[in-house]
Order: sequence, then structure tokens, then C-alpha cells
Amino acid sequence: MSEPLLRAVGVRKSYGHTEVLGGIDLEVRKGQVVCLLGPSGAGKSTFLRCINHLETIDAGQIWVDGEPIGFRQRGGKLYELREREVARQRRDIGMVFQRFNLFAHRTALENVVEGPIRVLGVKPDEARRQGLELLDRVGLAHRADSYPAQLSGGQQQRVAIARSLAMKPKLMLFDEPTSALDPELVGEVLEVMSTLAGEGMTMVVVTHEMSFAAEAADEVVFLADGAVVETGPPSEVLSAPKHDRTRQFLARILA
Amino acid sequence: MAAPEPLPIVRLRHWGRWVAAAIIIALLVLLGVALGNAQIAWDQVPDFVFYKVMATGLLNTVVLAVLSQAVAIVLGIVIALLRRSANPVARWFAAGYIWIFRGLPVLLQILLWYNLALVFPVIDIPFLVHEQTNVLISAFTAAFLGLALNESAYMAEIVRAGLNSVDSGQTEAAKSIGMTPAATLRRVVLPQAMRVIIPPTGNDFINMLKGTSMASVIGVTELIHAANNISSNNLLVMETLLAAAVWYMVVVTVAGVGQHYLERAFGQADRGPLARAGKALRGVPLVRSARV
Repeated sequence: MSEPLLRAVGVRKSYGHTEVLGGIDLEVRKGQVVCLLGPSGAGKSTFLRCINHLETIDAGQIWVDGEPIGFRQRGGKLYELREREVARQRRDIGMVFQRFNLFAHRTALENVVEGPIRVLGVKPDEARRQGLELLDRVGLAHRADSYPAQLSGGQQQRVAIARSLAMKPKLMLFDEPTSALDPELVGEVLEVMSTLAGEGMTMVVVTHEMSFAAEAADEVVFLADGAVVETGPPSEVLSAPKHDRTRQFLARILA
Repeated sequence: MAAPEPLPIVRLRHWGRWVAAAIIIALLVLLGVALGNAQIAWDQVPDFVFYKVMATGLLNTVVLAVLSQAVAIVLGIVIALLRRSANPVARWFAAGYIWIFRGLPVLLQILLWYNLALVFPVIDIPFLVHEQTNVLISAFTAAFLGLALNESAYMAEIVRAGLNSVDSGQTEAAKSIGMTPAATLRRVVLPQAMRVIIPPTGNDFINMLKGTSMASVIGVTELIHAANNISSNNLLVMETLLAAAVWYMVVVTVAGVGQHYLERAFGQADRGPLARAGKALRGVPLVRSARV
């Protein structure tokens, strides 16, 4: 079988004396959609942020497309990379945040073309054309010149997804993308994500939306207290969980 | 049953406002009468405003203020970045820099620079400078150093507050699309910090324009020194000082208008409904800095 697109081995992370991640292993193959579930404080978001090195891991290793993230391996040691070198690795890893984090001083289209123009060196005209295409894909071509504050939460999050896609990433990370949205706006974002999954994008999604996990995920990973409790296809983990922790969590969230 | 006849409404009479307005106007009239009877040669003031030495004074005041403020802004950004650095030594250095240059009175700092020759007669930086201190640091240079370094400490705090006001999610988003730290600062953080940085910087610049008057103490021909120049010949002290006052009001007013437009340009950083409401208010006289 081919090398997984994302491989994490024994990832550990502590804040002071509090261990947040106690050795996480995960493999995601190209085109797979993996949902990370679990109670708050389980370390889901922290783990996701380790994948693009927004958080530095204390032990273990993470590879994306065979490249070790955040470190260079030499002579049996891992040397931490400079921020500029990490920036290069992050081009291939898109991230969508809970709070959208659109650049507030730029229009929707300017948000989308910032990366291609400034980071990838795409010609502005070409970047604008591609940017409008992407905004069209998330159903927001008509809001291209709107500023984030003029958009609803759902629209902002769709622009944020388009901004990530503009970098043509190999892997997309979603950090509770619908948790900050009004209930009636959740659907439009999940719809875009489902389409993306259907098109074969490799995705790691931290979410509390069980219906999305059930429909779109190839694999569900249940985390608790910084460790993987249970992994499997959603049909198994969500409907017939093997572990008590998973069962308790699902009972509470579906109640 | 027929609806009752609507009763007429009598608005509250604000007698207190009428009384207050009358008192203020009366006091202003008294002041005007007093000034009219004062022993001031009012007719001379316009002449002094346009004396040649006043033009020199005006030029020096403006050049000194602009130069000092410009250098202070650049230094301030550098010190603010050091203050936020991950390097503890850099942080301590920045804190100490601000402590000293903000702590000492500007006049004292100007005097220290002006008298530097007393302790360092020659400034000798190998391969760069070898010169008598007296030659290198003129009165103008001493005033510039004193004003610029003092202001840079204030600017550092203003810039730091501005950088801190930008949500950390903005930096994370920039990182996530592969932007380098330098690009993140230049393209994402600084432009948004500007909204917080510009208003107090405009205030500081207006202060700076007036602060240049301290250079008169060491003989720089700015507005006050120019006024003193004239009055030392004709003894019309009040008249010449008023002529200087006219010019101060002119430059400060111009700076105020400039600040208004700068704020408007950078206020567009966030064109949400609230920001637009704020902009609408700006057209209203006396609602000057309606910021949201």
C-alpha cells in the first residue's frame, strides 16, 4: 500500500505540567476524510494545530506527503526548522479556523488571492481569475468585493475555505469550522465541505457535527484525555462504539 | 365611546441652558472689552506675523517637528518589535529604553545632547566618524535628538498597543497560508494595527509641533526664538509672541485636518456596518472623532 499522505507517530504535547497529547498515532491516506471527535479538552484542536506546526510538538513525528513537519532529520536527531522554512511547508496544508480569521482589512476576493500572489507568486490577473472561480465554487462570487464584517458567519467561513483552497493544498485541516456559527448557517458550510470531500480532497476535521461525520467521513477517530480511544468507519464507531468513553460521549451529544 | 381629543404636549423648558449660555456670553464680552482696552499694539501683530525671521522660525519649527516625528515612528516600530520579541534580552533593552527616554524631561534631554562636547570632546567611531562633537552636534541636531528619542519611546508604546490590538487569529491565518513572519507583519498585522496607531500618533505630532519651542532655549531659530529676536529690538514682547501664536495655531490646525483624513483612510480597514455608521457621523460638525 502506498505511503499515507498524513502520518503521525507518538505525538506528545504538554503545556507546563499539563499533558495535552499523550502519544497520538494517526494515518490518513490521500483522498480520505477523517473526523476527530471527542469531549472538549481531549486535545483534538491541539493535535490539528500540530499538523501544520502552529503548535510545536514535544515528542513524536508528523509527516505530510513524506515530509517531516517542523523538523529536519539529520544524524538521528530532529532539528527544529526556522519559521521561514515552516512557512514553506504550510503552503501545502490548508487550515480553516473556528473563528474564520479572515483578514478584516481585505475584501473576500483579496483574502483569497493574498496567498497565491504573495506566497506562490501567481500573476495578479491570473490569481483574481482563479479566486473568483473559487468564490463561485463556495457560492459567493457575488460577494467578492465585500469586507468580512459585511458577511454572515457562514459566508465568512466559506470565504475562508476558498482562501485555503487557493493555495492548492494537498491536505485540508478544519478546526471546528461550524462551532461559531448560528444554527441556521451551519448547513451551508457543511455543504461546501461535503462537496470538497466528494471531489477527493484529503481532509482532517475536528467537529461536533455527528451527521457530517456519519455521512462524509471515511474514518472517525475518537479522542479523550489526549489519547486515541477508538478508530474506525463511522458506521462502527458512531452506531456500535466498543469503548465506554465513546458511548458516554455519544449518549451525551446525541441526547 | 369616541376617542378622547389628543392633548397638546408641552416640551420641558431648559431654563438652566439659557442661564449658562448668558453667563458664558457675558464673560466673553468682558474678555473682549478687556483685550480691546489692553496696552497691546494690535495693528503691529499682522506685520510681525510676516517678518522674515518669523518665516525662518516657522520653517525650522516644521522641519524639526516632521524630522523628529518621522525618525521617532521608525525607531518606535523597532523598539515595539523588540519589546514583543521572544528574546528576553531584547525585551529588557526595549523596556529600559522606554523607561529612560520617556522618563527624562525633553528639555533635559535636549540640554544633555547640546552639552555632549563637555564629556566627549571628540566623537570617534572607527572608519565612520571622526569629528569634533561641537561640529557634529549643532543646536538643531541636539534639539532633533532630544525630541526624536523622547518621542520614539512614546511611539514604541503606541505601536505596541496597536500590534496587540490585532487578534492572534489573524497571524495564525497568515501562517496557515504559508506567509513568512515578515510578510505577516507587513501585510496583515501592521495595516490593521494602523487604526489604533494613527489617532494617538496624530496627537503626538501636534504635541511635537509645540514641543519644538524647547529648542529656543539652546538658540535654534524656531518660532519662539524668532519672536524673541524681534522683541529684543522693539520691546513689543506680547505683540511678537502673539504673532508666533498665530503660526502655531496655523500649523496645528493643518496637522489636525491631516490627521482627520489619515484616520479616515486607515479607518476603512474594517468596513462593517458599525464602521460605516461611524463614517456617516463624521460629516456632522463637532462630532470629530466618531470612531467605532
